[in-house]
Amino acid sequence: FQAPAYHLILEGILILWIIRLLFSKTYKLQERSDLTLKEKEELIEEWQPEPLVPPVPKDHPALNYNIVSGPPTHIITVNGKECINFASFNFLGLLDNEKVKSAAQASLKKYGVGTCGPRGFYGTFDVHLELEERLAKFMRTEEAIIYSYGFATIASAIPAYSKRGDIVFVDEAACFAIQKGLQASRSNIKLFKHNDMADLERLLKEQETEDQKNPRKARVTRRFIVVEGLYMNTGDICPLPELIKLKYKYKVRIFLEESLSFGVLGEHGRGITEHFGINIDDIDLISANMENSLASIGGFCCGRSFIIDHQRLSGQGYCFSASLPPLLAAAAIEALNIMEDNPDIFQTLRAKCEHIYKALQGISGLKVVGESFSPALHLQLEESSGVRENDVKLLKRVVDYCMNSGIALTQARYLEKEEKCLPPPSIRVVITVEQTEQELDKAASLLKEAAQSVLN
Amino acid sequence: VNHIVHNGGLYKRPFNEAFEETPMLVAVLTYVGYGVLTLFGYLRDFMRQWKIEKCQNATEREEQKDFVPLYQDFENFYNRNLYMRIRDSWNRPICSVPGARVDMMERVSHDYNWTFTYTGRVIKDIINMGSYNYLGFAQNAGVCQEAAAKVLSQYGAGVCSTRQEMGNLDKHEELEKLVARFLGVESAMAYGMGFATNSMNIPALVGKGCLILSDELNHASLVLGARLSGATIRIFKHNNMQSLEKLLKDAIVHGQPRTRRPWKKILILVEGIYSMEGSIVRLPEVIALKKKYKTYLYLDEAHSIGALGPSGRGVVDYFGLNPEDVDVMMGTFTKSFGAAGGYIGGKKELIDYLRTYSHSAVYATSMSPPVMEQIITSIKCIMGEDGTTVGRARVQQLAENTRYFRRRLKEMGFIIYGNEDSPVVPLMLYMPAKIGAFGREMLKRNIGVVVVGFPATPIIESRARFCLSAAHTKEMLDTALKEVNEVGDLLQLKYSRHRLVPLLDRPFDETTYEETED
Repeated sequence: FQAPAYHLILEGILILWIIRLLFSKTYKLQERSDLTLKEKEELIEEWQPEPLVPPVPKDHPALNYNIVSGPPTHIITVNGKECINFASFNFLGLLDNEKVKSAAQASLKKYGVGTCGPRGFYGTFDVHLELEERLAKFMRTEEAIIYSYGFATIASAIPAYSKRGDIVFVDEAACFAIQKGLQASRSNIKLFKHNDMADLERLLKEQETEDQKNPRKARVTRRFIVVEGLYMNTGDICPLPELIKLKYKYKVRIFLEESLSFGVLGEHGRGITEHFGINIDDIDLISANMENSLASIGGFCCGRSFIIDHQRLSGQGYCFSASLPPLLAAAAIEALNIMEDNPDIFQTLRAKCEHIYKALQGISGLKVVGESFSPALHLQLEESSGVRENDVKLLKRVVDYCMNSGIALTQARYLEKEEKCLPPPSIRVVITVEQTEQELDKAASLLKEAAQSVLN
Repeated sequence: VNHIVHNGGLYKRPFNEAFEETPMLVAVLTYVGYGVLTLFGYLRDFMRQWKIEKCQNATEREEQKDFVPLYQDFENFYNRNLYMRIRDSWNRPICSVPGARVDMMERVSHDYNWTFTYTGRVIKDIINMGSYNYLGFAQNAGVCQEAAAKVLSQYGAGVCSTRQEMGNLDKHEELEKLVARFLGVESAMAYGMGFATNSMNIPALVGKGCLILSDELNHASLVLGARLSGATIRIFKHNNMQSLEKLLKDAIVHGQPRTRRPWKKILILVEGIYSMEGSIVRLPEVIALKKKYKTYLYLDEAHSIGALGPSGRGVVDYFGLNPEDVDVMMGTFTKSFGAAGGYIGGKKELIDYLRTYSHSAVYATSMSPPVMEQIITSIKCIMGEDGTTVGRARVQQLAENTRYFRRRLKEMGFIIYGNEDSPVVPLMLYMPAKIGAFGREMLKRNIGVVVVGFPATPIIESRARFCLSAAHTKEMLDTALKEVNEVGDLLQLKYSRHRLVPLLDRPFDETTYEETED
């Protein structure tokens, strides 16, 4: 009985294969270190975690807060001493305005204090809708959206549009809230030097050459520029007209953060777009907080409906958080009324800023950082000692000298380890409409004295 | 049969929690419903693209039409075609204090919910079962409101500065001491927004090289805080202690992924009451695990503070445990205190550290004075320090309302999720059409309810959520129950077969999820 040929060949191949398998090295897919139960228990016993928080030294400068007794208005009582307030961002003096307070009182009588719910679940009050309408009308945009916390406004707005894979060009001196928004968005962040349009253009050109390598990806990658109107950390203004040109040339959207410039710049207080005379539709999103000029709490974003409406479902700080207490919204509406009825306060504020800017020039040891019309200036040491801690201590002595003589000042506070580009230590000088010329002069001369006695 | 847990004596009272299984027919019909909606969605998109149907969406500017599109078309598919149909169930505007009864502004839509117009009429005295008003402190008259009015006229509404600069008022110190006393901890710190309390303080506590063990169903603020911190995140099954223990063992034994270095710290993130499920965290077991494995516990009592416990001090009080066992006690003032804001309580070292390094203390404006006064007065009322027994009575009334309402709903045959004692009552609807129908029918009968669907819940488990309040009288609850019964019969919502699944039947399996830092 002869088997057919292919049968034999097949069996031969199979036998060879089996022999090969028998002699080949076995390898494991995974290096499993199988620990015994006893070893595991020992490891669990031995493991020691770090303490939940490291101890903070008692004399840490940020630990001992100033205690303000009573309202933080023009005359403020700090640590028991009455001073003139040069530290609260109450630019238009609306913090203790009687009309604002009575509007808030009326709202308190009608609605109570809290809203007991997010906007989606019976937390939308007619006051909120009215405030949003008024803000949109004031800024001459289609729509506005309110947040209940100033920090959360820009920190929720950015991640709602910019996702993983998108590109954001942001100024180095952007404030912490913007940095947190960018971190939450997981996009590619490209920092450009502060107010340096040439550097920004270089980055945009680089991105353009990248795009040409991979046009398919470029077609779905969104790009944004995030800038502030008046920078909190440096007190200067962003060159908006050049940015608009770059926007159309490289097809990037602009997000503008106007916390300091809303209610300060522009003929009617509409911010930097009015200051430069730019069409507001050219800016995709304007975000501001209501905690400076409007002397309330919260923040808002305004722009075209196409953009703003998206945040009603994707803005984390909007959807997952309780809405703004109605009394604060009513206070903001009344503040807005006052701003609209008295457009000359902006000019008054700017004149005061110019006055003190001139008066603060020439202090030996301290230099003024910021624009002449900015109501929030920084005083930095002309010559730094090289160690940040020592600079902070020196400035603290200057501040204490001024506080003892009746001018309330504060140092600008930062989280030193978390900031991307930490600004140098400085004293914040805030100008409000309520300060008289004598008070401004007094502050300037006191600072000169303090600098003389401490720094020389 | 309720499965009552007495886990080795850790629990001093029965822990009744139940999540009845979705009936098979209902699940199938729900998927069919979503399938039909999706098909219609594609059809409508097609018609809109070919201009057969008018496109009501807002569109990009002419000058920017060649920019990269801001939204992906598919991202908005759910919005355009499913959410838009029942959009009138959400964002309902009210115009009175959000107490037990509320006035709502009537709005109509002539173009299927794309735009709304207000008729000008006000629907009065709707029974409010949607606001988080657990102890009934949302009032526009009374002790709290008068005190807040006085403080408002003295201090003004805003503060215009941060805590570390010039925004630390004497009222803040008063509030924080009181909160610490209320919770039974050494020290506390208050912040202006509950969401921000989580998202700004978790990054200050943990960082790279630490491990966060977070419950499956944690709130968006906890998830955001965990992500922003840069720590490794691992997720354990909802309220499942075996899953948590396995993760803990694995973490300590194997260390950090790839480098095998030991973890610097391990933080467990749980909530007191989970607002979408109505479940209460198994705190005695979590604390036992925490002690055994030397980890830290972060307890978010957003919904449970004031609402649970014989003296209203939250889930720690409910289980009769020691507040010092919880390392970080976080909570919000929005729900039970009728104000706004959040707090963190714990040991003095922790709070000193947060005063120095919390993002909110350095960069965010401090709390508004009248809001703080409302919190101070309401806490004093709950503690009984204002000389009355109003606080105690409210806490008891809430507990009674909870038990009564849940019992009646279960007897009627609805599927109700969650713990027997939780004032958050989710009633299962499942089918997408019933979400809109339930909300509208209840509004017709003058009752305001909250309905939730995807993405806040899993896609087939949409629900209606009732939030009970101490301000609800028995008559209001009876009216509400009568109407719910009627609507339940009309919409065929009584799915329960009275088969309450025993607790441990939710099997824990090997799948654990790990989210590494990016």
